Amino acid sequence: MSEMNPVTGDAATTKEGTSTAAEPGPDGANAVPTRERARSLGRDAWEELRKRPSFWFSTALIMIMIIMALFPQLFTALAPQSDPRAADLSRARQAPSGDAWFGFDGQGYDIYARTIYGARASILVGVLTTVGTLLLGSIIGLVAGFRGGWLDALLSRVGEIFWAIPLLLGGVLFMTSFPSGLDTPYSVVVGKVVFVLTILGWPRIARIMRSAVLQVKPLDYVQAARALGASPLRIVLKHVLPNAFTSVIVVATIDLGAYIATEATLSFLGIGLQPPVVSWGIAISNASGLGLLQSAPHMLLFPSVFLSVTVLAFIMLGDAVRDAFDPKGR
Amino acid sequence: MSEVVLEARDLKKYYPVKKGVLQRTIGHVKAVDKVSFELHAGETLGIVGESGCGKSTLGRLLVQLERPTEGKVLLEGRELKTDQELREMRRDVQIVFQDPYTSLNPRMTVGDIIAEPLLIHKKDLGLKGTERARVQELLEQVGLNPEHINRYPHQFSGGQRQRIGIARGIALNPKVLVCDEPVSALDVSVQAQVVNLLERLQRELGLAYVFIAHDLAVVRHISHRVAVMYLGQIAEQGEADQIYSHPMHPYTQALMSAAPVPDPVIQAQRERIVLSGDVPSPANPPTGCRFHTRCWKAKTGTCDVNVPVLEHKGKADHMVACHFAEELTSVTA
Amino acid sequence: MAKNKQIREPEGFATWTPSDGHLLDVRNLNVEFNTRDGKAKAINGASFHLDRGETLAILGESGSGKSVTAQTIMGILDSPPASVTGGEILFRGVDLLKLPEEQRRVVRGRKIAMIFQDALSALNPVFTVGWQIAEMFRVHRGCSKAEAKDMAIKLMERVNIPGAAARYGNFPHQFSGGMRQRIMIAMSIALDPEILIADEPTTALDVTVQAQIMELLKELQAETGTGLILITHDLGVVADVADRINVMYAGRIVEQAEAKELYASPAHPYSEGLLNSIPRLDQSTGQLVAIGGLPPNLTKIPEGCAFNPRCRYAQDVCRTGEVPPLVDLGGNRSSACHFVSELVAGTLQPNGLQVVTGIQPAVAEENGDQA
Repeated sequence: MSEMNPVTGDAATTKEGTSTAAEPGPDGANAVPTRERARSLGRDAWEELRKRPSFWFSTALIMIMIIMALFPQLFTALAPQSDPRAADLSRARQAPSGDAWFGFDGQGYDIYARTIYGARASILVGVLTTVGTLLLGSIIGLVAGFRGGWLDALLSRVGEIFWAIPLLLGGVLFMTSFPSGLDTPYSVVVGKVVFVLTILGWPRIARIMRSAVLQVKPLDYVQAARALGASPLRIVLKHVLPNAFTSVIVVATIDLGAYIATEATLSFLGIGLQPPVVSWGIAISNASGLGLLQSAPHMLLFPSVFLSVTVLAFIMLGDAVRDAFDPKGR
Repeated sequence: MSEVVLEARDLKKYYPVKKGVLQRTIGHVKAVDKVSFELHAGETLGIVGESGCGKSTLGRLLVQLERPTEGKVLLEGRELKTDQELREMRRDVQIVFQDPYTSLNPRMTVGDIIAEPLLIHKKDLGLKGTERARVQELLEQVGLNPEHINRYPHQFSGGQRQRIGIARGIALNPKVLVCDEPVSALDVSVQAQVVNLLERLQRELGLAYVFIAHDLAVVRHISHRVAVMYLGQIAEQGEADQIYSHPMHPYTQALMSAAPVPDPVIQAQRERIVLSGDVPSPANPPTGCRFHTRCWKAKTGTCDVNVPVLEHKGKADHMVACHFAEELTSVTA
Repeated sequence: MAKNKQIREPEGFATWTPSDGHLLDVRNLNVEFNTRDGKAKAINGASFHLDRGETLAILGESGSGKSVTAQTIMGILDSPPASVTGGEILFRGVDLLKLPEEQRRVVRGRKIAMIFQDALSALNPVFTVGWQIAEMFRVHRGCSKAEAKDMAIKLMERVNIPGAAARYGNFPHQFSGGMRQRIMIAMSIALDPEILIADEPTTALDVTVQAQIMELLKELQAETGTGLILITHDLGVVADVADRINVMYAGRIVEQAEAKELYASPAHPYSEGLLNSIPRLDQSTGQLVAIGGLPPNLTKIPEGCAFNPRCRYAQDVCRTGEVPPLVDLGGNRSSACHFVSELVAGTLQPNGLQVVTGIQPAVAEENGDQA
């Protein structure tokens, strides 16, 4: 009670609440200054995020990637080669040079142009699949964990069935059953890949969500809300979800990379995204052919670096968001 | 005595024990087994007992966190049937939990935590956006700084968090506050602060408490009347001073004599009854009197066969469930 | 582990006799923890001693350093983050802190043993309790399997586990809390240690079981003459069994006294405050006189006397002056308070000067800050 200063007077009063410096525990000492406005977790989280360099760094990277996906021509305008579909077979596998910043690939396409143009498909697949699994998995996990009983048993079994199918095998089966032709629109091709990856990927998120919900549900603050007469919806939105969501966020951002990689494999097998669609996955698959790694490592290097940086940026963002929503971290 | 605000009538809570793939019910844990009592306005009823005696389940039944298997809870003589009645009842009967670290949502500000009951019952209360002023008033009332309204629970100590929990509990001006071990997780030097706070709130607001605890000394201090529970049933019930100075049930006597007194001189003079064995499982409680397996007064043919009824013995309001209650003499200091 | 037998006991153990000093003598012990917020000073110059057959209670709240003290004596402190920054722990005249780890292992378990609060987590869930007790004999005594089993069953009988032979093969979760604590005690006394440290041994137990366990500890101590250090926050348990009491606050011993003396006339405002703040089972009490404020943050221990912000007698010297040393008052008691003589004489007046504005008197009163 550091501010309990001796002051002359008769009433000897103090109170526990006025002291912050004397509070035990590592966090008590650095209390945020009091402000007049009512505060909420979302507001506080945003203020916290704004202070984090990792948030700004990852956001900047992601913004660049998104602009790249939307307007690839902005990035190729000044490059020596700007058309991803212009092939010059005579220069196949040439190393990077002033004429081609990232060199040429096996068909003589300019790798720089193709990497820039490939961002669209890869980011679409990665982000849409992550959002899809996150929505589907979170809702199912939340319902299963919160409701319990037969519904939980049913949803959990369904999830296990889908989980038992390997991502790749399921993808192959689906894509060969519903093959895309050369005239299939771009959005349908991408949509099909996103659909199959979402259908196969949600159980992972659902499981994590379910166990997080089961951990939170019996805690006293949830019981207290019930005793106050809070509706189930309020309990879920105010108490369960905010405390269960963070464990899901981290896994989802890590999964994002895995989805882009799976897309790549499907494409390599000729059943995912197909030429003329350009994607990092296709580029990486093409570059991983036998012997190519030794003879033309640049073919693999550049699309891989773009993929890694994108995945890393999302993981960093996920971490930053998770920490910002944890008041104890402040 | 003042009017009855809360009444438990033959309350029972059995939890099924399930086994096997088909989840067949193979028995029941009788957590609370036919418990009845009355709580008067403005009084404190202490409920003591060891772990597994069903005192916490009883508390949860009283605030309708659990539905009784049988029996009922009456609020001011009314039975609660419809959802609307239940909702209204939640305004009048609130709960304070034991663990100040899990009873507050770590991702809500103190302001939001204490405002939650007001928001939930906003319509019924006819509130219009004055929660914040009310929250600050409540913070002041429980001895916290109203300026700390925007802080998060982890920025407070255990004792302060318990105050926040109490503020949430009294936000709707309830008639009854069920306190489930409210001080047992706190440091010794902080316990008294919270006990004093509860006593002051009772004086100021006319609250009635159901004070559930295993600490016999704290219960004696705060309670007007006390009920001693053993294996889901009330063994003895009566005025606090009467129960503590003239316990009639052998279990109460053993309990009192086992709890040490913080004074070596008195402690050395006290007669000790050290019970053998542990509390039997509530899934398979002993026949007859549930205490007979550990009781030194138990008589075969009586105690292991006949269930003793909780009935008036000795002074007014003193009720004991023991076949040989009158034959016992006081053993504690 | 078997090679432990070859490691000789530290020199001096064998030649030591009670006339050479105390069995355990802790001098000016200092322990720090590295935390995110800087150094937390868990123990700040604690000194105390223990003789054979004696029960010493270390009484304190969370954060007082009582458990860290026990762990330091046992040598089971995790470092990092903890580090012993000063002091000596003399056992049979040998400083344990200077011993190499191998020799400390000889001391641990064989000479000084410990009982933990939570027996369920202190026992290994995948081995039977019998096996775990017998292992003590196999590892430390080199007994054969059959011998070890016999000795383990005898030990289980000695701590009053009914049907010991039949329960030898049971796993920890098959026992009740009280029985598990008995098994912990059996393991701790298996090698006839000279000192037993019990860290909150009954806190997790019900009151009737608590009485059984304390009874058992008393019995065993009378039988073997072991020195017992009882670490607890419970003033009732202490009153029941302790010969002497050390009251700890913010990593320092603030009062040492024989149990009766401490309860009759506490010589430190903190001890006095604790005794006044607890309700009594044997009498109906008026309003409790609470100690105001909170135990200090160990990274920011108040200047001067660590208790000064919560002390109703505090004066300027307590806030800015030296840390009051533990002064011997004669008659086996000492206190670390600037005003101890006035306090004991009953002439010390509460200062009544601690004021923070804007709070209703009622709140202050129940928080114990009134005169």
